[in-house]
Amino acid sequence: MAETIIFQSLPPRPAPVKTEGLVPWIRTNLFGSWQSTLTTLIVGGLLLYFLPKFLNWAVFTATTVANADACRADGVGACWGVIKEKYRLILFGRYPFDEQWRPLVATLLMVALVVASCTRVFWNKWLAVLWIVVIAIYFVLMSGGYFSLTTVTTDRWGGLPLTIMLTTISLVLAFPLALLVALGRRSQLPAIRTFCTIYVELVRGVPLISVLFMASFMFPLFMPQGLTIDVLIRALAGITLFAAAYMAEVIRGGLQAMPKGQTEAAASLGLSYWQTQFKIILPQALAMVVPGIMNNFISLFKDTSLVSIVSMYELTGSLGLALNSDADWRPYKLEGYLFIVAIYFAFCFAMSRYSLWIEKQVNKSKLR
Amino acid sequence: MTTQAQDNIIVFDKVNKWYGNNFHVLRDINLQVKRGERIVICGPSGSGKSTMIRCINRLEEHQEGHLIVDGTELTDDVKAIDRIRKDVGMVFQQFNLFPHLTVLENLTLSPMYVGKVPKKEAEEKAMAQLKRVRIAEQAGKYPLQLSGGQQQRVAIARALCLTPKIMLFDEPTSALDPEMIKEVLDVMVEMANQGITMLCVTHEMGFAKAVADRVIFMDQGQIVEQNNPHDFFNNPQTDRSKDFLSKILGH
Repeated sequence: MAETIIFQSLPPRPAPVKTEGLVPWIRTNLFGSWQSTLTTLIVGGLLLYFLPKFLNWAVFTATTVANADACRADGVGACWGVIKEKYRLILFGRYPFDEQWRPLVATLLMVALVVASCTRVFWNKWLAVLWIVVIAIYFVLMSGGYFSLTTVTTDRWGGLPLTIMLTTISLVLAFPLALLVALGRRSQLPAIRTFCTIYVELVRGVPLISVLFMASFMFPLFMPQGLTIDVLIRALAGITLFAAAYMAEVIRGGLQAMPKGQTEAAASLGLSYWQTQFKIILPQALAMVVPGIMNNFISLFKDTSLVSIVSMYELTGSLGLALNSDADWRPYKLEGYLFIVAIYFAFCFAMSRYSLWIEKQVNKSKLR
Repeated sequence: MTTQAQDNIIVFDKVNKWYGNNFHVLRDINLQVKRGERIVICGPSGSGKSTMIRCINRLEEHQEGHLIVDGTELTDDVKAIDRIRKDVGMVFQQFNLFPHLTVLENLTLSPMYVGKVPKKEAEEKAMAQLKRVRIAEQAGKYPLQLSGGQQQRVAIARALCLTPKIMLFDEPTSALDPEMIKEVLDVMVEMANQGITMLCVTHEMGFAKAVADRVIFMDQGQIVEQNNPHDFFNNPQTDRSKDFLSKILGH
């Protein structure tokens, strides 16, 4: 019998180092092939054509003087003075001028709460209490009537505080509702399944504007005499129900993607339906649909601008309010819109960055 | 309770099941399993072997006949199902570990939430089970970071954490690389020697010969033949089992 050969494995060595440096990077990524070179040239050409024009308008010939006459002078580009002049009105809407510290404090508190809720340190049972406290403070500060604060009715609330509050509260209410509806659509019980399906299809079948119209103008007609619900609450309910329907479908997508074996393993271990959903299925399903849910959150944030249709002047609405009423400044709407675009972008970009971080967190168990 | 019910931990009495309207997957199944008995079930795919053992913990519902597990008949009664599931552990072909939980969390989940065992006690017990399947050093890892054989051993440990009276194995080695089959079978042989009732769907005939008290051969939703492993392998009674054995032992 021949002697056995002893197998010896080769020692592992590190992967080859990629070429570093700017020039090789440009060569491979911008001029790697003729298609890539062509695209680089076209995009570069467009940038070279438009960027100087834009910069000229927005920076070099722009004026920051809060004086409409200075803006009307020849050769003047962007008139950023309009923002200097009107920023309080744009940011706070029709809220009484001398009381605007109240929405400022209330909104800062709410933003701080949202940021805190996004960080791991705060993920404990006290978070729910914190939410209730901060929301209570928000409403007391905003509406007044207590602690010698003058009363400010909700029709005077506006601007960024309204946008942030509408988004935050409807998001916090819509998410659990969406979870229940998504589970309900997969329920074994026909009544629950049908109800959830009808809800989703009905809400998805109409534009948000019409939901807000109904909440604002039709709903009061059906209320018993003497009983009124504030239009703010009705709009909140409308946005919540609308957002939840969309979110429910995104979540259901994640639920559908779960292998059946997970439910079976949970059942074989004796876990109940709710234990299975909350411990096994939802953590995995939600992790799969983080990008989709963040899509919903971001569009919800921007959709709140539609409440201006029912006379609530949130950020977009209050911009119109600020400029339409003033003939001197009315021509500088573009600058005003760029201002709120920057605000919207800052918030949306923060949300999308946060969603990337969340994705990393939930995918930790998949790393080798 | 009759003495028969005490002797037999599982009784199938004329059990029938259909998938949809036309696929008659279990046909008049009659089977008694004694306490501590080790049974291997084999047969071609689609013969209903998995379905049969999945009826025991009600992952599948039978439509006709009676199925009694540890003195409790399986009906729509949810409480009875919950009670039985605590006593029946199951190991799946695809492991079905919970990928978002660590190995240790996979094991403590059910004892903590179903058995209401305090966390510390559940973790101690889980570590003991992990030692038993020789994988304690992986407790902090996530399932997808383990090899197939290691994952299946974790799945066995997870099922054992409920201290079940019955263990069901649904083709536990079919998804494994050849070299990993042995480490899983070794663990199963060790369990078999400790007196737990085992029903195992498998084509590992070596395992059947080594530990089974009885081999059941199924085809087309019926139990075709059952015998002790020695007689079943050396002297099959039906043409169908002869044909099957000639195919799987032919190489």
